[in-house]
Amino acid sequence: MAASGKQNLQLDWGTIALYGALVLFGWLSIYSAAFNPLLPSPFTFSEEYGKQLVWIGACVFLIVVILYLDAEVFNKLAVYIYFFFVLLLMLVLVIGKEVNGAKAWFGIGDFGIQPSEFSKIGVGLFLSKFISSSGMQLKNLRMRIQAFAIIGLPAVLILLQPDVGSLLTFLAFILVMYREGMSGNVLIAGFASVVIGTLSIVIGAGRTSYPYFGELSSIWTFIISLFGLSILALIFVRNFVVPRSRRMLYSVVVISMVLASSLAFSINYIVDNVLEKHHKERIYVMLSLPVERQDATYNSEMAKITVGSGGFIGRGFHQGPMTQNNYVPEQWTDFIFSAVAEEWGFLGSVTVILMFFTLIYRLVVLAERQRSQFSRVYGYCVAAIIFMHLLINIGMVLGLAPIIGIPLPFFSYGGSSLMAFTILLFIMIRLDAERLSVFR
Amino acid sequence: MNNDNRRYTFLFIVGTICVIYIVRLFALQVATSEWKNKGSRLTEREVVVYPSRGNIFDRNGKVLVTNQTVYDLMVLPKEVLPFDTLEFCKLVNLPYDELKEILKKSTTYPNVKYKPSPVIKQMLPEEYALFAERLYKFPGFFVQARTLRTYPESLGSLLLGDVGEVNKDILEKHPDYRKGDYIGLNGIEKSYEKELRGKRGIKYVYRDNLGVEHSVANGQLDSAAQEGVDLYATIDAELQKYGEQLMQNKRGCIVAIEPSTGEILALVSAPTFDPNLLVGRARGQNFSALAKDPLKPLFNRATQAQYRPGSIFKLAQSLTALQLGSITKDTRIACNRGLIGCHGAHSMDDLEMAIVHSCNPYFRGVLQRVVEANRDPNSRAKDAAIGLSIWNEQIRKLGFGSNLGSDLPGMKKGNVPSAEYYNKKYGVEAWNFSTIYSIAIGEGEMLINPVQMCNLVCIIANRGFYVPPHTVRQIGRDGSARAEYVTRVDVGVKPEYFETVVNAMEKVVGPGGTANSIKLSDIVICGKTGTVQNEPREDHSVFVCFAPKENPKIALAVYVEYAGFGGTWAAPISSLMIEKYLKGGTTNKGREELIMNAKILN
Ligand SMILES: [Zn+2]
Repeated sequence: MAASGKQNLQLDWGTIALYGALVLFGWLSIYSAAFNPLLPSPFTFSEEYGKQLVWIGACVFLIVVILYLDAEVFNKLAVYIYFFFVLLLMLVLVIGKEVNGAKAWFGIGDFGIQPSEFSKIGVGLFLSKFISSSGMQLKNLRMRIQAFAIIGLPAVLILLQPDVGSLLTFLAFILVMYREGMSGNVLIAGFASVVIGTLSIVIGAGRTSYPYFGELSSIWTFIISLFGLSILALIFVRNFVVPRSRRMLYSVVVISMVLASSLAFSINYIVDNVLEKHHKERIYVMLSLPVERQDATYNSEMAKITVGSGGFIGRGFHQGPMTQNNYVPEQWTDFIFSAVAEEWGFLGSVTVILMFFTLIYRLVVLAERQRSQFSRVYGYCVAAIIFMHLLINIGMVLGLAPIIGIPLPFFSYGGSSLMAFTILLFIMIRLDAERLSVFR
Repeated sequence: MNNDNRRYTFLFIVGTICVIYIVRLFALQVATSEWKNKGSRLTEREVVVYPSRGNIFDRNGKVLVTNQTVYDLMVLPKEVLPFDTLEFCKLVNLPYDELKEILKKSTTYPNVKYKPSPVIKQMLPEEYALFAERLYKFPGFFVQARTLRTYPESLGSLLLGDVGEVNKDILEKHPDYRKGDYIGLNGIEKSYEKELRGKRGIKYVYRDNLGVEHSVANGQLDSAAQEGVDLYATIDAELQKYGEQLMQNKRGCIVAIEPSTGEILALVSAPTFDPNLLVGRARGQNFSALAKDPLKPLFNRATQAQYRPGSIFKLAQSLTALQLGSITKDTRIACNRGLIGCHGAHSMDDLEMAIVHSCNPYFRGVLQRVVEANRDPNSRAKDAAIGLSIWNEQIRKLGFGSNLGSDLPGMKKGNVPSAEYYNKKYGVEAWNFSTIYSIAIGEGEMLINPVQMCNLVCIIANRGFYVPPHTVRQIGRDGSARAEYVTRVDVGVKPEYFETVVNAMEKVVGPGGTANSIKLSDIVICGKTGTVQNEPREDHSVFVCFAPKENPKIALAVYVEYAGFGGTWAAPISSLMIEKYLKGGTTNKGREELIMNAKILN
């Protein structure tokens, strides 16, 4: 059955070449950043660059398997795949290995598997199947809640690890649902929640002296400001909006104000009173808030210095003083982009960013040319997930986003991440290869 | 409803983020070099090139102080790879617990991972040789060579001084010193620190990924180290060593100066110690042992002890009274032992014989003539105040009450009582000559140090001038002494007044004199014995002298604490020193042996 299908496979070689280029560039960066002068062979399997070669080999195997599978398999098995990974996420909470305070790994000897990376594949497949199932309308509240439940179940399990970075990448699916017809207000509301939530922690970390009440958490300043803003908004509506829309907008302003205030207050309350100290500290570090630990700002500072050290044309392969002297701890994982920036400079960094943009653009093109809605939604899932990783990871390296540990797709060292992104991408390539034989 | 246009919104969001990141990259990498410079400061290491400190030679070119290379084993934590700690500890001979502690400390504030910290300091070359070949197996560990002082002759510890790492106080006061730098703390090392130190060089290096160091900017930013300047001391190593041997098992000091030049030939403070004790890793331990020693070997008796001058001060009194016209060499004063005690058979000496006999009533009378000259006929007290001021001024010209402009650090100035001093002590006009007369014979409130005493002998030997006593005659091989040590200081006493004093001193070391026993057949020694009273303990034995009488080559002041009369110990030590310096040694081996074996440490 599979054999008959693959004869007229129309593989998108451009995307595959882009994938190959990113993986190669990524491996070279790992080879440079993790280089051990005593063991210079790329095939040193005790070092990161040797191990990554093993993972790349595993990926080639996975690619062949995926391309040999029938495209229908992904649609049919979507639900099972989804629940398989949900099961793993539950299991990892019980028997997982704790690394850096998060129970996110299955340890198998020297190697570790991070199920949260793979769970995105399950969510992507299941969400695509759910949205593409007949009669699905994302405007429908019940459907919307069901869709959020599909995303939310693994998200909650990841929050329990806790792995805030992986959790944030799940925001990618909101972008997908937006593309599939969910109101843009959700996008705006989601964005606003993130901003309000972040601000409430950042502002709430301080203390302010208030008249009559004495010194209290500064969160009240924030809530008072929200109140003031909404009054300004009400005045604006009263004076500049046509009377027939006024009533609706009044309630929008008041409801937003109440929602925003309660969100800010409850997040601040949870951080201050519910979370344990080390969790709270981790969130503070993530938001670049002052923590007692000295090294909290060290990584961010070193990453910026390393990027700056590259200059316009870069220091050259194996020549970056910051990279070669290991100033950025574990640079080959989440900070790998700083190695690229130092050794390949502005030109190399921009090239990498453009390569990612091209990949995402290509995925959108692939998605849009699908006849099946399942394939299209899935294509957007892949594009959005890669985008979220790019957004958070590079933002972190450039000091524009807080320090959140998530990998840069295809670049960062690590088998779970590389394999998960490879599977994610090649399922799309496999789906696309049969787009002409699928009927709408 | 068709949502197809939303693909553009999606791509717009992605594109916007990419543009923001590219702009940010431009800001970090291209627009400013701020971050690049921060990186350079981290990765480019400043390697301090320590200059070797100047050597010190004696007046005959013998090496007194030089340098030896020692090695500090350092660790650069960020480069340390997992290693066999047991093997390492065995190799460098360090207990495992200590290594663990050191490694922990090397990464905790204020130490940081990318700055080296010492593991073992100041290993001798033979210690380092034991593991030098195998150190490469432990990345992150390296050895830094430094130099330490060493004293081949093992003499003159307090005179030469010692060096130590700069402390916080020095760092705050002298910004050109850095943590880990050495500085002279004492003696010549301290007073000639500027010359000996040299100039630290700085080399900027950048380490590539193989750990190989390359110079930055072709070494254009580097500054070369400038070696310290060699000093040629005035010390005669042979004489100094001999003096230290003579003074062993005794407390006291010997100061020997060449009168015509002010060059210090020997400066012995006993008990002494081997200067090599204060070098290297054992320094701290040895230093505290020396500091706790009740015999106070760290106390430089030659410059810091303030003794009452005793009888030898009569030499200064004679010169002062003659110059002020209060007496002539023929003035005779009765030995009235009712006023002040005396010893020996004499009754009505002139000045010369009064010096020979050390007649106390005579010198009481001399000071009375100086101080009570009826300058204020109405008040004996006012008269004494005026007279004492005149006396004080003249005595000070002989170098008392000052550090003589010497290069010996930390010299105590002593005390020359003035009218203000007594006004403070007794009240204005509440004292007169009979209150203060004991200073006439060098007792009472008068305080001097042995270098000042020897300097007085130089003045007498030179018949009227001195050159400030100093320890370095040449700065650099072709240099000279500091300018202030080549000019004579005139003391304002006419040369003819010295003849009486010199003749008297000659008679002291002659038949009937108090130091007759040390008379030499071939060298005329002019001297004066003295004792410093220390009731209830034994007196200090004091002897000052110069030789030969004409064209003197050496002036000496010898103090032996708690040893009784000056003629017994201090005088024979002086004569042995003179023979050593002028003839290369004594023929009187019996005396030499007796003195060297004598133990006066009750
Ligand atoms: Zn007498």
